[in-house]
Amino acid sequence: MKQTLTLTINGKSYSDEVEPRLLLIHYLREVAGLTGPHIGCETSICGACTVMLDGMAVKSCTMFAVQAEGRSVLTIEGLAQNGKLDPLQEAFWNEHALQCGFCTPGMIMTARQLLADNPSPSEQEIRHGLEGNLCRCTGYQHIVNAVKAVAKAGGA
Amino acid sequence: MRNFAYAKASNSTEAIRLLGHSGAAKFLGGGTNLVDLMRENIEQPESLVDITSLLREIQENADGGVTIGAAARNSAVAAHRTIRERFPVLSQAILFGGSGQVRNMATIGGNLMQRTRCDYFYDAASRCNKRTPGAGCDAIDGFNRMHAILGWSPDCIATHPSDMCVALAALDASVEVEGRDGKRSIRFTEFHRLPGNTPHVETDLRPGELITSVTIPKLDAARRSVYRKVRDRSSYAFALVSVAAVLEVENGVVKTARLALGGVAHKPWRAGPAEEALQGSPANEASFGRAADTALAGAKGFAHNEFKIELAKRLIASTLADLARKDGAR
Repeated sequence: MKQTLTLTINGKSYSDEVEPRLLLIHYLREVAGLTGPHIGCETSICGACTVMLDGMAVKSCTMFAVQAEGRSVLTIEGLAQNGKLDPLQEAFWNEHALQCGFCTPGMIMTARQLLADNPSPSEQEIRHGLEGNLCRCTGYQHIVNAVKAVAKAGGA
Repeated sequence: MRNFAYAKASNSTEAIRLLGHSGAAKFLGGGTNLVDLMRENIEQPESLVDITSLLREIQENADGGVTIGAAARNSAVAAHRTIRERFPVLSQAILFGGSGQVRNMATIGGNLMQRTRCDYFYDAASRCNKRTPGAGCDAIDGFNRMHAILGWSPDCIATHPSDMCVALAALDASVEVEGRDGKRSIRFTEFHRLPGNTPHVETDLRPGELITSVTIPKLDAARRSVYRKVRDRSSYAFALVSVAAVLEVENGVVKTARLALGGVAHKPWRAGPAEEALQGSPANEASFGRAADTALAGAKGFAHNEFKIELAKRLIASTLADLARKDGAR
């Protein structure tokens, strides 16, 4: 039942034989070896598995890997360039926007989409934009601060 | 999860052929509900036909209405300029549903086909006539805070979860479908069914039929329309009660009114009698209150959701009052 899946992840081409039932998050973590995207709830609630698919934030636990055929995936591993953190990663660091860090990769990917759609969001818009991501440490205020800091500095 | 075969269709004819008519195959849109259902083994298709590469245009029609391809993303529809200008209630309703990530994957056709979020439907240890016809319903005497107050039957008190569909019901949309026997159009308000004694049959679709598009006819009054949603937390939750409303007032009198409710029934609930009561009435609190009473006439709740009746009435009256104010347009 396996079929060939070819896609681009973080600018690099991948091709593997996969079962259609393999979820994208499992493909990313177990086949591609990219463990940045996390599995939190596996029921599309928590957003820890968020990656970008052709530039749109999606929950990789709620799609099959084969749905990403021919498409381009960006995970948290693809953000830093030449050892330099990207502005959102830098801001999460500076603003102490993580406690245990489990939700962070998903928060950052969703925030990336949020800022792409709306470069200078209000606090309310940031909170609305992050509604699909849960932080069990409840560290939301610092996360909002980090997104604000990036917007103020001119974008992600 | 049981394994299945996966194929991607490149046009509607191929999609319909690939699906066949054995009932063992299903169309796959964004999968935001179907993947969850498959993970829980509630849906166990033998094959999936991915239809996301067809029919995603949002087209403005000569009459001032729009036709939305079934594979259009929820986020694309919500952000579409024409939709936001002419049918703000639709854009707002979509943005009240799910989260950004879900709306980026979810399609319009898939939104119509999503299944109830009744906990007993999801819990394999509970009795559910929707999951296993004839098994019984554990929601009726169970924790039924989220359940129906209108149009339910002794076999099923589940609600339809969509926000978007409530707006489409208010806007008199139609659903274009294609099958082996050709194409047809279904009025939106007749697309979803009440449970009766066959709650597992949720729509008017015939076996093998594909939703190709949704059309919204011209309605100038809809430029002043709004979607309101009351839920247990302020984001990422299903509606306890929601209202999609269109209101046009001329010289203090209601000229056009459209009203649909979400979270209250097995289908998006178009409140036709309330619209008739409003038509030609003075646009004031008394009329809005009467319309709310009319909309909820015949409503009956259960142990944990009686409150929805009064909640729905107040939501209708306050939404209409806001729309009637000069600055009510959003």
